[in-house]
Amino acid sequence: MPRIGVFVCQCGNNIAATVDTKKVAEEMLKLPGVVYTCDYKFMCSSPGQEMLKQTIKDNKLDSIIVAACSPHMHEKTFRKAGEAAGLNPYRVEITNIREQCSWVHHDKTRAVGTVKSTDLTRMTLERLKRNQPLNKIKIPIKKRALVIGGGIAGIQAALDIAEGGIEVVLVEREPSIGGNMARLSETFPTMDCSQCILTPKMVEAELNENIKLYTYSEVEKVDGYIGNFTVQIRKKARYVDEDRCTGCGECIEKCPFNAESKFELGLAKRKIIYTPFPQSVPNIPVIDAPNCPKIQKDKCGACAVVCGPKCIDFKQEDKIVTEEFGAIIVATGYDLMPNERFGEYGYGRIKDVINGMQFERLASSSGPTGGEIRRPSDGKVPQSIVFIQCVGSRDEQKGVSYCSKVCCMYTAKHTMLYNHKVHGGKSYVFYMDIRCAGKRYEEFVRRAIEHDGAMYLRGRVSRVYEKDGRIIVQGADTLSNSQVEIEADMVVMATALVSRPGADSLAQKLGIGYDKYKFYNEYHPKLRPVETVTAGIFLAGTCMGPMDIPDSVAQGSATASKVLALFSANEMTREPITALVNKVTCNACWDCVTACPYSAIERDAVKNRQGEVVRLLAKVNEGVCQGCGVCVAACRSKSIDLKGYTDEQVFAALAAF
Amino acid sequence: MKIRLSGADIDGPRVKHIERVTGEDLKHCYQCGKCSAGCPVSYLMEVPPSRVMRLLQLGRVDDVEAANTMWVCVGCVQCYARCPKGCSVASVLEGMRQIQLRKGTGPTLIKDIPIPFLRKAPQQALVCGFRKFVG
Repeated sequence: MPRIGVFVCQCGNNIAATVDTKKVAEEMLKLPGVVYTCDYKFMCSSPGQEMLKQTIKDNKLDSIIVAACSPHMHEKTFRKAGEAAGLNPYRVEITNIREQCSWVHHDKTRAVGTVKSTDLTRMTLERLKRNQPLNKIKIPIKKRALVIGGGIAGIQAALDIAEGGIEVVLVEREPSIGGNMARLSETFPTMDCSQCILTPKMVEAELNENIKLYTYSEVEKVDGYIGNFTVQIRKKARYVDEDRCTGCGECIEKCPFNAESKFELGLAKRKIIYTPFPQSVPNIPVIDAPNCPKIQKDKCGACAVVCGPKCIDFKQEDKIVTEEFGAIIVATGYDLMPNERFGEYGYGRIKDVINGMQFERLASSSGPTGGEIRRPSDGKVPQSIVFIQCVGSRDEQKGVSYCSKVCCMYTAKHTMLYNHKVHGGKSYVFYMDIRCAGKRYEEFVRRAIEHDGAMYLRGRVSRVYEKDGRIIVQGADTLSNSQVEIEADMVVMATALVSRPGADSLAQKLGIGYDKYKFYNEYHPKLRPVETVTAGIFLAGTCMGPMDIPDSVAQGSATASKVLALFSANEMTREPITALVNKVTCNACWDCVTACPYSAIERDAVKNRQGEVVRLLAKVNEGVCQGCGVCVAACRSKSIDLKGYTDEQVFAALAAF
Repeated sequence: MKIRLSGADIDGPRVKHIERVTGEDLKHCYQCGKCSAGCPVSYLMEVPPSRVMRLLQLGRVDDVEAANTMWVCVGCVQCYARCPKGCSVASVLEGMRQIQLRKGTGPTLIKDIPIPFLRKAPQQALVCGFRKFVG
């Protein structure tokens, strides 16, 4: 006969107000197998847990039920307490009589709540009687980390992990690491030059012995689970031998053809063999194959002729490398909503309507104008610029509903840069709200207004058109309740930050969630901000949603600390609530393999001593299984059970109702 | 109201003149509205104090001058006492009044005040009134 104890929690008044906990305890004591019951004010408090432990010992209980709040809250607490008293932790079960009972009933007589609590606890009791003791799963960890995305968040994560003595592979899609931050001119609120603070980190990442850079590469396939991921990485053909190239740049100089520079966002041309920007890391050029006449038509080949170490190889092909990792950090960054969406602000019709990132390039000393603010149409210095905020952001109808968070600050920075570079130039900013929450941010925006003369107008722009060679911007200033019209030489749109194209397909490869804007979902927005629901995969930076450089860097470091903590043990423990295949009845229909959302079920074979396959059957990889139970429902021969929630247990619980 | 904005008006000589006379930096105002909220006579003003600051920021000196605001303001400086940015609308209006009075466009001349009123009014009120209204 089992010796079961039932502990009913009052949770102050949270439960006791609508449930007669004493009565529940008395009712439970009448049931066979129950040898001890009580009710208590706060079971989760230290005295409550002590009482629990003592009672288990004194009454020689072999399993217990705590009827309290949701198992999400305190299942761990009570299992730990049970374990401390010598029980197998999986012989401790929770009945949720708070969220599922007291909070949803308002019957002051406590009749309804008491009956329902008794029913729920009786069901748990039947389930508990059929519980098997379970043991935590131990899995070995491969102590190597993969960082996807070589922007500032990814670089920071890689550097911090490498600092901890762990090997890191940093995969970047573009020919150089650096990401969007490499494009910026100065950075708010301190106005230090982006290149000056970023490039030392880029070089450090290149030189660090623990960091392996895969630039111009993409993640192709991800298999495995926490501690044991197998990842295929596609190294796109550079047409340049990375090992031998010295980065002298002779080939770039001699290349006679040009194409639009993606890095310069269409504001400048680059050669066909190129590095995206002068401080590229690694400083190894790539050939833009679709535009290269040698590769397309076998004409030219000037680069190969001038290359000293003879490292140009027009026959190079994409290579797939397979690597193993224990953890993955996703830091794939953001993109800007395409300018083409904003014909209403003159884009497409008027050449001098650009976006904020393009303005960064104009203001950057390594940009196409060498840091002089010159408009794209005729290269003239604009005497007045209109900045439009919330272009696409906070616009449920045409854009996205969220705030892009960084535009208020970078627009203020733009007005300052413009005022510093073009004396007497006038900047106008159309805004809806100025959102500058951050250390020294408010002061920064006020400086733009009070010292650098930016004219802030509260309202949206309605029309942008050309008249006599000037751009007329019509908008509103709701502060003075007036319609305003401005003659401008250039218009800069603060376009919304959006997720990268292909963010969804990467998420599917990784098995992580994303929202309707294809930004990746964190496990918990406040308490687990850099973890995903898939164990061992972490998130950093703007792939999660708009954020600024300080936040991205903080998250990069946060993921690194998560990875280092994970790697600090040689093996890790997991919850044993996993699926189990009955080897006798499984008929290898593989329905479970198709149904499993985590790819946790493998096709296994039973072999005889000669090594011949006798029969096939499904096998659950306990390292991957999340215990969701989909396979249990899918299995036609009823050969799969979920440990802790077996069919026998569930039906027994239902029968007790 | 439709405004054609230009740098020439916003940073124009008339605005600069007001800033020089009053010692206030108009750009400091961030339009929180606390002055209008606290002003004991703003209900009588055609343009409330916060709007005065906004119009001057936009270079619309004429719009402020055309309103009765500067003559209604009693100079109690509640606006200044409450302003989180340390702006004094009272000073701005005082300065604008001075500019008007010096131009001779002030609304009152002493000779227009009826003698019986002068006899009846308290001395203090007269001194204040002369200072405020008389060019």
